[in-house]
Amino acid sequence: MSEYNGEIRKMMIILSKATLENVYAAFVLANGARMEGIEAEIFFTFFGLEAIHKKKLEHLHIATVGNPAMHMPTMLGGLPGMESLATMMMKKEMEKIDMPDVHEFLDIMVASGVKLWACKLAMDMFHYEKEDMYDDIGGIITVGDFYKQGSGIGTHMLFI
Amino acid sequence: MEKEIAGKMIKVNDEGYLTDFSQWTREVGEAIAAENNITMTPRHWEVIAYLQNEHKNNVALSIRKIGKSDVLDIKEFYQLFPQGPLKTSTKIAGIPKPASCI
Repeated sequence: MSEYNGEIRKMMIILSKATLENVYAAFVLANGARMEGIEAEIFFTFFGLEAIHKKKLEHLHIATVGNPAMHMPTMLGGLPGMESLATMMMKKEMEKIDMPDVHEFLDIMVASGVKLWACKLAMDMFHYEKEDMYDDIGGIITVGDFYKQGSGIGTHMLFI
Repeated sequence: MEKEIAGKMIKVNDEGYLTDFSQWTREVGEAIAAENNITMTPRHWEVIAYLQNEHKNNVALSIRKIGKSDVLDIKEFYQLFPQGPLKTSTKIAGIPKPASCI
């Protein structure tokens, strides 16, 4: 902990999932970093790309299957409509605590100086084009580019 | 505890936020701003006045609320107070640090 006494200067967050709870975790951490004067960048890869895909970002769900914290039998969680219902309930609670929706959250992050990057490999794999994505992403980059972005003292990386 | 700010003894908490708003003056705000490497401009003071008014009306401050206000947008807020706008501006304004994550 010798560099800047262990002070965090930059958060590099890798988002690989598109379940709502993971997307929000990444967004709150990135935005919260900026609020503390810490730099923040998010690398969207694999399913994480859905969080910046124009047609998909407003339809993200929370996971009701394989999520023990839902306190719901797995078989029940798999029933049609269950994910939508759980998502709807969660969104209602989020609005109560002044949590923005995914699109507004992206706008807030960009205005706050969070850099958003799409993973080139995953973009190719899903056959997504730049135009499919949220307008204000910084670009489509490789893992190597992302590491380069994170160079410097006091940088922390987080995989979600 | 007390700290000397702009030549006066001012009551602050351990993070340096004023605990008694009645002790706040523009000179105090100016001195706290200087400590945070900010040179106050008329635009800064407009924002400070807005924050103090929101606090007086018991509005919980957050970045999202700032963005929805018609006083300034989030981008300008970060330009005026680059190192953590909400926590720096409230310190200058002499009001408590908002306990907001958003």
